[in-house]
Amino acid sequence: MSDPGYAIAAVVVTAAVTWALRALPFAALAPLRASGTVQYLSTRMPAGVMLILVVYCLRDLPLTEPRALAPVIALAVTVGLHLWRRNALLSILGGTTVHVILASTVFAT
Amino acid sequence: MGLAFVPIGLAFGALVTQSGIDWWWAPLSAALIYAGSFEFLLIGMVAAAVPLASIAVTAFMVNVRHVFYALSYPLHRVQGRLGKAYGTFALSDEAYALTSGEKARSWPGPRIIGLQLLLHLYWVGGATAGALLGSLIPEGVTGLDFALTALFTVLAVEAVLDLRGDLPTPLLALLSALIARLLFPGELLLAAFALFTLGLLARHLVTHRRPGRV
Repeated sequence: MSDPGYAIAAVVVTAAVTWALRALPFAALAPLRASGTVQYLSTRMPAGVMLILVVYCLRDLPLTEPRALAPVIALAVTVGLHLWRRNALLSILGGTTVHVILASTVFAT
Repeated sequence: MGLAFVPIGLAFGALVTQSGIDWWWAPLSAALIYAGSFEFLLIGMVAAAVPLASIAVTAFMVNVRHVFYALSYPLHRVQGRLGKAYGTFALSDEAYALTSGEKARSWPGPRIIGLQLLLHLYWVGGATAGALLGSLIPEGVTGLDFALTALFTVLAVEAVLDLRGDLPTPLLALLSALIARLLFPGELLLAAFALFTLGLLARHLVTHRRPGRV
């Protein structure tokens, strides 16, 4: 059990950083809109950031062990479902269900 | 898209209690931070008692993408100080995607705020239910944490499709992530974001200096 004071502080710090990132740019809107570099970054960053976060989630993948197959298969199911139906709920539920089933049965440790 | 918040919220709440954190932390985090992806990362950091400064820096890097939302979120249509404050506070990835899109061109302020409120409630409700029901998950059922990977995967697929054939960007991101994984495994996110941003800036500089292109 973690210390409640620390757990609350972690939430408050994160909330402050996140809200600042969401609200402050509106004050600087005009120069932001004019900057070609910002436009360049803003169109390309979302895809890159999301891909990096996917790699981050899979950072501890034990590549030499068979149980690494569970997330790899679930990832393929998620991408496949999404390219097929473009329905976020379906892709997330499908991928997660496959992962829970595989990780709890065939690849259970 | 909004309803996807419920199963992910359930998974989030369940993971909070599975990680040994008190159940009330899930609704608190969901209501006050309301940045789902980072909240998942935060579970691990809080469980490991990571220093607050590291949490702040990581929150900045993961959520810095929100800076760009100011470019197209229709804040000018939202009336009043309170409305504007909430509009920016609840500017999540999904809220941004829905309010800045083609269909939302004609939406008045109250409709925008109403949509954001609904998404926020879905998230807090899902997280609370997950935290309270999490203990009912039988021993031996694992792998629920994949919900976060699946969420990022879906957002990545959408964002990559939006690039319309700009392959160097996703390749640069994957390369940055792999280099960071190999060289700075302890600070993977920070290193990968830094490498990726530097790579993009370098590419921007090079393509702009090339003659014939402005």
